Amino acid sequence: MSALRLGAVLLTGFLLGCAIYGCSPVKSAKAASLKPDGQRNAAPDFALKDADGKTVRLSDYKGKVVLLDFWATYCGPCKIEIPWFMDFERKHKDQGFAVLGVDMDDEGWDAVKPFVADVGINYRIVVGNDSTADKFGGIEALPTTFLIDRSGKIADVHVGLTSKGEFENAIEQLLQAPAKGGGIMEGSARPAGGSGRVALPAELVGAR
Amino acid sequence: MWAQGNQYLTAEASQKLVAKRGTAAEAKIAVSVQPGFHVNSNKPSEEYLIPLKLTWTPGGALEPGEVVFPKPQLEKYEFSDKPLSVFTGDFDLVARFKVPAEASQGPGIMLGKLRYQACNSNSCFPPKTADVRLSYQVQ
Repeated sequence: MSALRLGAVLLTGFLLGCAIYGCSPVKSAKAASLKPDGQRNAAPDFALKDADGKTVRLSDYKGKVVLLDFWATYCGPCKIEIPWFMDFERKHKDQGFAVLGVDMDDEGWDAVKPFVADVGINYRIVVGNDSTADKFGGIEALPTTFLIDRSGKIADVHVGLTSKGEFENAIEQLLQAPAKGGGIMEGSARPAGGSGRVALPAELVGAR
Repeated sequence: MWAQGNQYLTAEASQKLVAKRGTAAEAKIAVSVQPGFHVNSNKPSEEYLIPLKLTWTPGGALEPGEVVFPKPQLEKYEFSDKPLSVFTGDFDLVARFKVPAEASQGPGIMLGKLRYQACNSNSCFPPKTADVRLSYQVQ
């Protein structure tokens, strides 16, 4: 009798949960944001200096999942996301994941170094320029964050403040996926499409 | 560093400034921020934010003085713990000038630059400058 009652309670809870949250094992909105493999463009390569003056190329990260964050010190929404990215770096760096921050302050390192030291950013930062922004579709809104798969292709783009869970979900999916060839990180000079720029989805550039 | 690209505000003198030599004068500059955006005030509430600032190109018959800003709004955004000191919508700046006694009589144009940094509710945009033209007549 008590087993029947327990069963009824569990079934009711399951049905109620389905009604509220849906019954799909993966939450649809987060899973759906990754582009299908066939629709991903290769990430444009760049060579920029880090705080130590070392040249950093995006192609150095071949084989890793990369969260590429365009940000600036005057950008409040960027400052919300940075601690999340530090968490991701800590949590996933041993799984072939890296965060790379591209700062877009006009003042360059004079603005960035104090901020990086103050916050204790644990991932690599480079200072970008117009050319870098242009390669990635003429970035203007900050933050703009690209998730790049192990093949060097752009799997996801977020313009503006995004939820931590959405990033986390996408990163985990990308880490689980096997690497496939064809990204610019394997030697091509231009992304698929040949323009040298990444086309941001129209709905993401509406504010620009 | 960034290309100027889109502007998120416009700024223009409300009317021609007519002033006599040896006096002080002031001009209203009408500023209009695009709906959905805000710009930091002239005295942002956080050190890292870039203030609104009007500067005039040297030259011309008028000597630039103080710029008077309206009272800013304190707005709370998702990305900030504390309310931010901002301007939104339409507002006026008052630009003050001195007209030297020896200033040349006649018409002229003062060229100014309004530097601002805009954000919306979830993104920020690089600092930009909007050109301001003020026509004047010295009598």
